[in-house]
Amino acid sequence: MARIEAEVGKPQGGFMKWIDDRFPFTSTMKYHATEYYASKNFNIWYVFGVLAFVVLFIQLFTGIFLTMNYKPSADEAFASVEYIMRDVEWGWLIRYMHSTGASFFFIVVYLHMFRAMLYGSYKKPRELIWIIGMLIFLVLMAEAFAGYLLPWGQMSYWGAQVIISLFGAIPWVGDALVEIIRGDYSISDITLNRFFALHVIALPLALIGLIFVHIVALHEVGSNNPDGIEIKNNKGADGVPLDGIAFHPYHTSKDLVAIIVFLMIFSSVVFFAPDMGGYFLEHANFEPANLTATPEHIAPVWYFTPFYAILRAVPDKLWGFILFGLSVLLPLFLPWLDRSRVKSIRYRGWIYKSALSIFVVTFLVLGWLGTMPAAPVYVLAARIFAVIYFSFFILMPYYTTIDKTKPVPERVVYHG
Amino acid sequence: MDNLLRYARVLLVSACFMTTQGFASGDGAQLAAADIDPDNVNSLQRGAANFMNYCSGCHSARYVRYNTIGRDLDLSEEMLVDNLMFNAEKTFETIQVSMPPAAAARWFGKAPPDLSLMARAKGADYVYNFLKGFYVDEESPTGVDNLVLPGTSMPHVLWELQGYQAAHFVKHENKDGSVTTTFEGFEQLTAGKMDSEDYDEFVRDTVNFLAYIAEPVRGFRVDLGKWVIIYLIFFLLIARMLKKQIWKDVK
Repeated sequence: MARIEAEVGKPQGGFMKWIDDRFPFTSTMKYHATEYYASKNFNIWYVFGVLAFVVLFIQLFTGIFLTMNYKPSADEAFASVEYIMRDVEWGWLIRYMHSTGASFFFIVVYLHMFRAMLYGSYKKPRELIWIIGMLIFLVLMAEAFAGYLLPWGQMSYWGAQVIISLFGAIPWVGDALVEIIRGDYSISDITLNRFFALHVIALPLALIGLIFVHIVALHEVGSNNPDGIEIKNNKGADGVPLDGIAFHPYHTSKDLVAIIVFLMIFSSVVFFAPDMGGYFLEHANFEPANLTATPEHIAPVWYFTPFYAILRAVPDKLWGFILFGLSVLLPLFLPWLDRSRVKSIRYRGWIYKSALSIFVVTFLVLGWLGTMPAAPVYVLAARIFAVIYFSFFILMPYYTTIDKTKPVPERVVYHG
Repeated sequence: MDNLLRYARVLLVSACFMTTQGFASGDGAQLAAADIDPDNVNSLQRGAANFMNYCSGCHSARYVRYNTIGRDLDLSEEMLVDNLMFNAEKTFETIQVSMPPAAAARWFGKAPPDLSLMARAKGADYVYNFLKGFYVDEESPTGVDNLVLPGTSMPHVLWELQGYQAAHFVKHENKDGSVTTTFEGFEQLTAGKMDSEDYDEFVRDTVNFLAYIAEPVRGFRVDLGKWVIIYLIFFLLIARMLKKQIWKDVK
């Protein structure tokens, strides 16, 4: 440990000094990597932040090459995607990586958010990291939604039709708003063009900016850990947290293993099941958009379905829209809804443990219900689970207050 | 770390299980399995011939190039030109239809759809059952209807091969007064050139070809994928050793 730090920290001459006199390279590397200390007892839940970064890179990289061959026009979009799939060298790989990457972005981000709920990572002093993270999630949803229109298949078209028309439920301005989003009286070539602009420029810029701020905020307060203990409270004589190890090379070498395992799973989908049984690439999207034929069953892609199920569960259009929005936004308030004295689930009582378990099941069931047709029995189930979903958040100040917590140890638990 | 690996293994295994998951049928109709073998080149070649002889008169496959078919199905340029290319000059051309779409729409009520992606959009089982699902219906303008796609405007193009069959339905009244119709089975009315087993093979080959043109790169993709995974396993072992080396003094 000492040896590696000594090498990185030694005074630089020559080229590095020339750089450092003009740009804070060495000090930045120290601050964010070689002298950024994070707890040594990170478990599997702590890899998803890095993995989100990996997926972001995959999406940006493949997106550039897709943009080189894709045509954002209603007449040509569908054919240009097939051109990429069949005639562009390695185009199929680039496209499958991008479509698979979209789904994996959400898998990874959902697990990353769940990690925060497990270990109370949103609690003081990390409220702002959580809020920025929620903004990233919202932008990611918009990014995915805009991207899904681009292949201009039946599900692209009708899925967008359904979701955009939701804004029409807003009183007074609804219809005008829908028209502004579409740029037309229906989804058309104009809509496709503006969604393309949003998808390849505006939203990725916002995403990268927010991710940058997310990490700056994280490195200011330091990472949480599975015990929910502030490692900065126990520093050694050298000022380094006793339970902390440098991000580089310790956490990076561990993350590399996780990244390769992730790439194995990712590649399994890309090469062996790019459709993922119709969940990652919906079957109906292999038919070009047809304005005169509504598919018999319109379902958004799987990552939107928990919220979509809530929307459909409400008989009133406006209230459906409000509850849909609330279901997406409520996690934003977690830092203040959670009144528990401890952060980590390890030291919480049975009430929070049960509540979180029920919440996970509820989220998954809602996700499944959102993919099903709106038959009465499914709608009824969606109503019941929507109530549970909202209860988890609304009742949280109460049940986290009465929940009996266990004493938190001084130092993190680490078994080597 | 062992935990992480155990997790990864579980995830990988579940990912592999998902690959075998088939298409769900759209409208609850029971679809018999098409049981196609995408690695059977002979079946694909027969399917290509079937497609060009019986489908391509009305249906295009506008994203599919002849030379791609030649490459993937072991067909020489000569064989392509002599046996498959009825209305194309050069092997890099795509499979177009001679019938003008506007006229086709007037004649059939709906222009015959492009078939490049049909097997991917509807599923191989759907197409297989569709091609076997025509039955005599005197009220229909084409004289037939289809079990899988009721009211289809497609005539029974393969009648010469399959012959004509009747469909038997049973109606029964439910407790609430509504009537449910269930399909009981087909009855062969006139014999075709093929017996039912040969016709099944014919349809299976054709569907196999349609599934192939829906994603010509499938075979290569799966082959390449195996090497990618082998490479990553190798890379994983090295990364594990690196991690252990770096972490050995973390207590």
